[in-house]
Amino acid sequence: MGRVGGKVALVTGGAMGIGAATCRLLAREGAKVAVTDINSEAGEAVARDIVENGGNARFYRHDVASQDDWRRALAAVRNDFGPLDILVNNAGIVIVNTVEDATLEEWRRTQEINLESVFVGTQEAIGVMKDNGGGSIINISSVMGLVGGTIEAAYCASKGGVRMFTKSAAVYCAEQGYGIRVNSVHPGYIMTPLLTNAASTLPNAEEVVSDLISRHPLGHLGEADDIAYGILYLASDESKFVTGSELVIDGGYTAK
Amino acid sequence: MNSYSMDNKVALVTGGATGIGAAVVDSLTQAGAMVVISDINVAAGKAKAEDLKAKNLRAEFIEHDVSSEAQWQSTIDKVVANNGGLDVLVNNAGILIGGLLADLSIEDFRRIYSINVEGVFLGMKYAALAMRPGGSCGRGGSIINLSSVAGIVGTPGESIYGSSKGAVRAMTKHAAVEFATLGYGIRVNSVHPGPVATPMGGQVLETLASDKLLGSEEAAMQLVQNLIPMKRFGEPHEIAQLVHFLASDASAYVTGSEYVVDGGFTAM
Repeated sequence: MGRVGGKVALVTGGAMGIGAATCRLLAREGAKVAVTDINSEAGEAVARDIVENGGNARFYRHDVASQDDWRRALAAVRNDFGPLDILVNNAGIVIVNTVEDATLEEWRRTQEINLESVFVGTQEAIGVMKDNGGGSIINISSVMGLVGGTIEAAYCASKGGVRMFTKSAAVYCAEQGYGIRVNSVHPGYIMTPLLTNAASTLPNAEEVVSDLISRHPLGHLGEADDIAYGILYLASDESKFVTGSELVIDGGYTAK
Repeated sequence: MNSYSMDNKVALVTGGATGIGAAVVDSLTQAGAMVVISDINVAAGKAKAEDLKAKNLRAEFIEHDVSSEAQWQSTIDKVVANNGGLDVLVNNAGILIGGLLADLSIEDFRRIYSINVEGVFLGMKYAALAMRPGGSCGRGGSIINLSSVAGIVGTPGESIYGSSKGAVRAMTKHAAVEFATLGYGIRVNSVHPGPVATPMGGQVLETLASDKLLGSEEAAMQLVQNLIPMKRFGEPHEIAQLVHFLASDASAYVTGSEYVVDGGFTAM
């Protein structure tokens, strides 16, 4: 029996990066994992890989910006695996921009994927979890939800929104006695496709990455697994007194 | 590989005889660590170690007053010599002196700081000397400092305790950044429990219930419940499981962080 043995988990943005690492780790620790993403090919591959390694997983195509997709995904997961115990709101995007050059369209797109989806997902998950005796909702924020970054104005705003929304939902669910915990995770810059793709849009990508490394006192960027382990802790019953908290995993980025 | 395994690790847990410290000792030994329990409470500390050995877990007791620099030096030396290293230090020992700020004495203040703050400083200092490259074990490590939600927010009757825990919180970040910058391979993080069902948790209620504050146990309990969305005290093992995460390689990228385990206390 693993640390999340027998639990049913849904991980959005599960096809790549932190999401994929989380799917693999939760499955290794005994969870039945719904890998959801808009990237069907990569998502299917993650689910297949988990099954080939003896785990239990299935891919669902799921656009987190769509409330209908949320309802369809949650109903399908319930049908295939049973009541949901763990939701990891991981899907997110970065559009590189500053406060001066960000367009309103970019701003809205960022809030839609990074923040609205967390609201809708949390609301829908509460709806199903409260009748099952509870669960754990883990919202992936960022160190950019705690401190300012210069080239990601809209992203910072969205991640700060996730941080505060998490606390509001946590306190509400605790006071209602739902047995649902809600926490945020704040990764530093992690070596994932999200980061490398964002950096590749810049003319001085190498310089930017080496500057990023220098901002982490541990002297290197984190790996997806470093974040997955924190998510596993919050997903498991080991954290049953933890709600409304922020798990910072950032190599010291925000401690300095 | 299991990143939570503590099989090859040696841990020192101060104040490990009772309360949260004893629960941390349980968690780490069960995960495979060799744990040295340090405490001034010799009877309880020895009993704890014997109890674990009877269960085929690895533990030993050492008498240790964390406010004494000489004892820190000799304790770390002994731990390293007897066990071939030191990988984890849990600075858990601490005291609470409650009361109104206007009533507390400078002696109270100094006493609380000598244990809660000087104890943590000395622990980090001598652990770093041993753990850093070239030290007596020299293979890096993880230091976990027990702070408190009282180190983050204010509550009535806990001014000097909360202040000492705020000092631990800030010192943790400084040590974390310094050690990381110097490439010591030593991570340092703080853990912030809300009220926990231990003798110290009882002391918090007692202070709140005193005539000068709320005047009754019922009123004290009511206030605590209003402050904690989950409406209950934490259990020692709930804090211990977080300490285990921070002690293990599963948290390899976590340093300078403050992790709360408080039933939502500081979220509102």
